[in-house]
Amino acid sequence: MEKTLKTLKPGQSGKISMIKCKGATRRRLMDMGVVKGTEVYVEKVAPLGDPIEIKIKGYNLSLRKEDAQNIIME
Amino acid sequence: MSKSITIALAGNPNSGKTTLFNALTGAKHSVGNWPGVTVEKKEGKFIHNSNEIIAVDLPGTYSLSPYSLEEMIARNYIVNESPEVVINIVDASNIERNLYLSMQLIELGKPVVIALNMMDIAERRGHKIDHNKLSQALGVPVVPIVATQKKGLKELLDAAVDIVRGKIKYNPNRVDYGKEIEDKIQKTKAMIKDKSNIAKYDLRWLAIKVIEEDEAVLDLLNMKDKFSAENEVAVTNEDAFENDFEAIIADRRYSYITSILSKVVKKPDSKVLTTSDKIDRVITNRWLGLPIFAALMYLVFWFTFNIGNIFLDMIDGWFGALGESAGTALEGIGVAGWLNSLIVDGIIGGVGGVLVFLPNIVFLFIAMSLLEDSGYMARVAFIMDRAMRKIGLSGKAFIPMLMGFGCTVPAIMGTRTLEDEKDRLATMLVAPFMSCGARLPIYVLFAGVFFPGKEGIVVWSLYIIGIIVAVIAALIFKKTIFKGEATPFVMELPPYRIPTLKVTGSLVWEKAKGYLLRAGTIIFAASIVIWFILNFNFSGMSEMPDSIGAGLGKVISPIFKPLGFGSWEAALSLITGLLAKEVVVSSMAVIYGLGEAASEAAMEGDVTGFVEALNAVGFTSLSAYAFMVFSLLYTPCIAVIGTFKKESNSWKWTGFSVAYQFVVAWVISMLVFQVGTLIGF
Repeated sequence: MEKTLKTLKPGQSGKISMIKCKGATRRRLMDMGVVKGTEVYVEKVAPLGDPIEIKIKGYNLSLRKEDAQNIIME
Repeated sequence: MSKSITIALAGNPNSGKTTLFNALTGAKHSVGNWPGVTVEKKEGKFIHNSNEIIAVDLPGTYSLSPYSLEEMIARNYIVNESPEVVINIVDASNIERNLYLSMQLIELGKPVVIALNMMDIAERRGHKIDHNKLSQALGVPVVPIVATQKKGLKELLDAAVDIVRGKIKYNPNRVDYGKEIEDKIQKTKAMIKDKSNIAKYDLRWLAIKVIEEDEAVLDLLNMKDKFSAENEVAVTNEDAFENDFEAIIADRRYSYITSILSKVVKKPDSKVLTTSDKIDRVITNRWLGLPIFAALMYLVFWFTFNIGNIFLDMIDGWFGALGESAGTALEGIGVAGWLNSLIVDGIIGGVGGVLVFLPNIVFLFIAMSLLEDSGYMARVAFIMDRAMRKIGLSGKAFIPMLMGFGCTVPAIMGTRTLEDEKDRLATMLVAPFMSCGARLPIYVLFAGVFFPGKEGIVVWSLYIIGIIVAVIAALIFKKTIFKGEATPFVMELPPYRIPTLKVTGSLVWEKAKGYLLRAGTIIFAASIVIWFILNFNFSGMSEMPDSIGAGLGKVISPIFKPLGFGSWEAALSLITGLLAKEVVVSSMAVIYGLGEAASEAAMEGDVTGFVEALNAVGFTSLSAYAFMVFSLLYTPCIAVIGTFKKESNSWKWTGFSVAYQFVVAWVISMLVFQVGTLIGF
């Protein structure tokens, strides 16, 4: 199975290799620093199971699992 | 005095932009909307070293791509209104992502001064930032400030003024996008440089935007088809996701920032948990997150309505006393009865009836502002997103909906936290279905008369109907008029901060002022109009049954016939209910001549006075239930209509909200009555 940001568990980290999201979401993610080669740390999952919270470029970001699934990790 | 200087303030959300704006302009600023949209625009004037300066607060954005309304507003303002200088506020404790916007601002071609804010927080975390080196590397002035303590503001303004007056040479370094893109930029520049309508734009910026396939720019240059066609070819040749130019450009911007920061910033290697992270691990914990959230919401509710109601009763008391003493005084000096009634019943009663909600609104906004400033509001969206998404709304829509149970006015004002225009309108349209406190007296009265012993379950069922209708309406809106690509839920969770009294205070004051202003204008006028129609007919002053209002009730009442309550009295009380929903009860008391005492007793649950009167106009338990359902669902009151207009900035949507709520109320209430009749209630 492909390793994506969604498959990372809280406490794990990894490096982004590709972003397969489209349109506004893709643009937004890139604007927020979710770009190729960036180190990501998964902080936690929301109480209802979605979205997730990650640490990236020194700040905290939340995104939905359906988008995390399209962020491919090295 | 020399010409005034316009400064635009740009920066990320949570970077301290509002604090800086307030620190610069003091209390002397005006709040309005950007033309045509509901995004707030703030502008303030002040003097610095005998230069008159106009500061314009641009919406907080992370980028200048054309995907969000805020970003378009900020970009269009800088390009079209040409402020002399842009002050870009950068959060030093989150510098990497903040500089991404700076890169884009610099690319626009207008002079930029960077205000490096929150240096104190960055230092506490052990980050050492050399602002002189940063300034050299970027080629733009960088001034360290602490906006909350007003440190460095003089130096910041000096730098901005010096650039405008030509005392500092402004010569920014450019991002090197790598050979492939740079070649493309050169080619594109050559291709577009002769276009006629691009004088005010920076040519390199336009070229980059063309390569990024920025729709607004492609439109401007009239080359939409041509370019997408050319880029389409590139995409089929290479891996579509890895090598599109938009991604490469974003990538290069970030690596440019990283390379600069590696020379400018020293930070500790170890990944230390900040205090904020530790707090957050408890507050949004998988198991504790929801209970803490529920407890906090209960607290907000309790604070708003219990503490607020103490003051509400006080104000209510004052207006009651004011009305009485004014009545006596006016009688004493021989004022005509009609004028006395206009002043006492019409104006004091009408305006007072709306002003009594001021404490609730103030307390609600204190609570909301504390949640927002502390950083918890973003967590509410984080916690509730999954549930809210099921009905097509974002997690952020939860709080305004919840507020609707108290009062619809602050609920609609509370939708301001939603960035997306469509989400916001959808929330504003469904929030009124949450049964507000003012509708409760109607339920208490009718349930008491027609469902003795079963009041609890009847009232509860009405709240549930409200929620179900809101959910269905939201689903329908998101599938029809607000259809379109779902807004991405990619949201920063800002660090927790201790809210400052100043920010909270000024925000609450602004809201209260707006509400007071409305009470003094729209509601004042409406109160007079309603008093007139209830006390006059075309031949002069009259008793209520002969008034224009009663006539109106008689004209309208056939509409309510299929709903089971076709009497003019019921129709008229529903019309007057637009003033405020409690008025339905008090006007029934007036119409039936039961007097103040019966109405007050009814509000407290003693309905003996009403039983006969309601039976006399043909209410049965089924039509009474239909009447309650109608009261629940139709437009709450003119205060809500006024708020809706102000917040949506559109008479069209305001009219729509009134009309569709009326239709929904009518249809559902009719179904209740007709189906109920069929199955033999």
